[in-house]
Amino acid sequence: MRSGALITLVQFENEEERMSKQRVVVVGNGMVGHKFIENMVSHERAADFDVITFSEEPRLAYDRVQLSAYFSGATADDLMLTSEGYYQENGVNYVLNDKVVEIDAKAHKVVTASGREESYDKLVLATGSFPFVPPIPGKDQPHCLVYRTIEDLEAITASAEESKVGVVVGGGLLGLEAANALKNLGLKTHVVEFAPRLMAVQLDEGGGNLLRQKIESLDVEVHTEKNTQEIVPGEQCRYRMNFADGTHLETDMILFSAGIRPQDELARQFDIEIGERGGIKVDNYCKTSVDDIYAIGECALWEGRIFGLVAPGYQMAKVAVSHIMGGEEAFTGADMSTKLKLLGVDVASVGDAHGRTPGSLSYVYQDGVSEVYKRINVSADGKTLLGAVLVGEVEAYGTLQQMCVHGMPLPESPEALILPAVDGDAAAAGMGVDALPDAAHICTCHEVTKGQICSAVEEGARTLADLKSCTKAATGCGGCAALTTQLLNSELEKLGVEVNTDLCEHFAYTRQELYHIVRVEKIRSFEELLASHGKGLGCDICKPTAASILASCWNEYILEEPHAGLQDTNDYFMANMQKNGTYSIVPRVAGGEITPDKLIVLGEVAKKYNLYTKITGGQRIDLFGAQQHELPLIWKELVDAGFETGHAYGKSVRTVKSCVGSTWCRYGVLDSVGMAIRIEERYKGLRSPHKLKFAVSGCTRECAEAQSKDVGVIATENGWSLYVCGNGGMKPRHADLFATGLDDESLIRYIDRFLMFYIRTADRLQRTSVWMDNLEGGLDYLKSVVIDDKLELGEELEKEMGIVIDAYQCEWKTTIENPEKLKRFRTFVNSDAKDNTVVFVEEREQIRPATEDEIVKFVEPEEIAEPA
Amino acid sequence: MSEVKTWEIICDASELEANLGVRALIQNQQVAVFRVQGKLYAIDNVDPFSNASVLSRGIVGDLNGQVVVASPIYKQHFNLENGQCLEDESVKLKVFPVKEEAGQIQVGVA
Repeated sequence: MRSGALITLVQFENEEERMSKQRVVVVGNGMVGHKFIENMVSHERAADFDVITFSEEPRLAYDRVQLSAYFSGATADDLMLTSEGYYQENGVNYVLNDKVVEIDAKAHKVVTASGREESYDKLVLATGSFPFVPPIPGKDQPHCLVYRTIEDLEAITASAEESKVGVVVGGGLLGLEAANALKNLGLKTHVVEFAPRLMAVQLDEGGGNLLRQKIESLDVEVHTEKNTQEIVPGEQCRYRMNFADGTHLETDMILFSAGIRPQDELARQFDIEIGERGGIKVDNYCKTSVDDIYAIGECALWEGRIFGLVAPGYQMAKVAVSHIMGGEEAFTGADMSTKLKLLGVDVASVGDAHGRTPGSLSYVYQDGVSEVYKRINVSADGKTLLGAVLVGEVEAYGTLQQMCVHGMPLPESPEALILPAVDGDAAAAGMGVDALPDAAHICTCHEVTKGQICSAVEEGARTLADLKSCTKAATGCGGCAALTTQLLNSELEKLGVEVNTDLCEHFAYTRQELYHIVRVEKIRSFEELLASHGKGLGCDICKPTAASILASCWNEYILEEPHAGLQDTNDYFMANMQKNGTYSIVPRVAGGEITPDKLIVLGEVAKKYNLYTKITGGQRIDLFGAQQHELPLIWKELVDAGFETGHAYGKSVRTVKSCVGSTWCRYGVLDSVGMAIRIEERYKGLRSPHKLKFAVSGCTRECAEAQSKDVGVIATENGWSLYVCGNGGMKPRHADLFATGLDDESLIRYIDRFLMFYIRTADRLQRTSVWMDNLEGGLDYLKSVVIDDKLELGEELEKEMGIVIDAYQCEWKTTIENPEKLKRFRTFVNSDAKDNTVVFVEEREQIRPATEDEIVKFVEPEEIAEPA
Repeated sequence: MSEVKTWEIICDASELEANLGVRALIQNQQVAVFRVQGKLYAIDNVDPFSNASVLSRGIVGDLNGQVVVASPIYKQHFNLENGQCLEDESVKLKVFPVKEEAGQIQVGVA
């Protein structure tokens, strides 16, 4: 182990101040330990405390819940929940790679493995848990691993490279995630479970059976009621697992995921009271049996229970902070309901999933065709919901979980809660958000209550994006986005806030509505649209919006008579206007691949017209400083050399950035350049609510930075991973992982649908990232539309995309062939003079626009001289 | 508007399409000329917020009953009738008399 790296950042002004501060030592910097620190430093009395945390891991807290994302391209950095910078800014001391090995409760100090001593006023144990490995002979051999930390994942990846078959021991929640990881690593995967079914804790028999069926259809073999006796050398594979029933299974590697055990070793050694089956005993304030020592998270045992989920851990963190600060908050148990996606299968469990409450009654809905299983357990009197199991379709989770936690009265026909909606109005059968109490946790990830959301709305939040930024609601797993939106709308209605979504004074419609009108009524021009649905003359909001919608639908030449006057100047002159009224030109360089001959042409043209030349972020070349009359001359030369317009001026598809990929790179997995060119050639010219940027990376090193693009594609051993709705720029957003293991055709199909669905539903000038943040139902909803084709729109969207692709033309080629259109590029309608307000000076051997001061210096004397 | 001394012909009437501005150079001044709903307008072409000569390349339309052009640089609106900026009371552009005569567009200069 490397020696501890200590960074002490809080500079004490004097010893007195140091003495007056209370010192809090946090042992363990996992998710819960970090949450505790976050709560400490954001507390109003934070200044009275010094916080120091120790971690035996080499990095600060990361998101263990999302650990499996590591296998679909996320890096350790992506998983980080915090940064050293954050700790430094908040004066939190942290020591990595050093484990606390001794507690001296009398002297109020701890000692670490490296011998460091640290005194404390309050000690918080957030040591978490460790994976339970059953005591099977042979379990300690190489390639017998666990699934808990980033280091474990690195070991699994390394082992998988030398293996063909993998077994996960344990068919619970974590086990199935581990199975998914092995499958993604390209191994023939088996799950071995001791119990008679998968996820025995959360699911009943019906749910477990359906889950098994679905998982087996993904080519993961499930073996239940198997008790492993020993691991011995195999014949075809590295090992052979012998089971108690006389059967066996051969495998190259084994992953143990048979549950967790509280990491209570430290407490145990130093006489803090431990439960019979492990776990540090705590009271309602998370205090242990020893004064000034607290335990939180998976290492803590409360009323005989260990809570293996992150939400209860977070609650404990909050309670402990409150108690240290002199507050009264208490831990009163936690709802263990869960909703997750395992191997692509939606699974949810609420409350008493098995119906073990005496006298409970059940309703079961089973659809063998769509592979859906739903069960609700209700109280003997049929009045309250006790629990539920949902497999294959989990939309009702939010409602059921809230009903269960708050003991809300069931509707008259409880079965309506799980029956498929006949008239599309499921909410009518369930309950409105109004029925929820203020204390209801709408967002369980961030513990945001209904009350908090309501007050945020009262204080001015008007959109889901507003709520996300001020309350953090719906920013965790995103599962509550739909519920949050419902609540938002209902509150806005109550406040009498009329949200004016009109595009502008000329159209009392949103962009989405106008798009729909144009499609359905087959409207081909702005005049038609204005006459039938608008008023007045139009403006610089509605004209470009209509131009964009018309182009998205019919893709006609934008300088055609009815469309020309609608275009922003950039679209009209098919170039980007810069600050002095001149334009820049960006020819398309698909995928960033360009021949030397074409490069030479760009250089020659730039030289001939004295253009400033710069490489863009999208792997193209931008030529600046062209005056409007020069544009056709320049483009004539570019078109003759085989260039096409790059649409850098449009709210449209821009570039597909790529790394060099498997063709050249020794790490490359697939041909990223080839795919980038294919994508760029396919979607070039597509106009959309805002600009669209793409990237394709040839391996998970991600050199093309695809996760910061509207559409990002990353090559993996199993095919392409598709990411959507990322953004760089002003408000960076990491793209969401949308689908994995795609072949070329599926990838293109999903992108077709995704883009057209965005074009159909987004607001004017709304990038995909903001669109996603506001999309009701979020990522899951988008997946259901694009992948599962829930709205049965897939074919239509693909057809619409086909129309746009078929109608593609290089706008510049069309323009230079049309003398009438070329007339419009004259600088002056009555003179061949140049625009004398355009002045350039030289800098670093190229031109740049002159500054105000320089213009005065250079221009005025000339002007004064001229009239003479 | 001061008295017109001469009318300068800038182009054929057919060259000034509805809602698409053109730029003319008149006595070393750049003028933006528009035709909106059959009516002609001429204003200073220089956008005072960016000092770029770009207004003929702006989108025309109406806001609260005023016929306006939007600057393509920072999107301020200017009343085509009187040159008034809608976003900044203190900014008012010069306007020029303009007419169509004998199939030609003419701008008046003092």
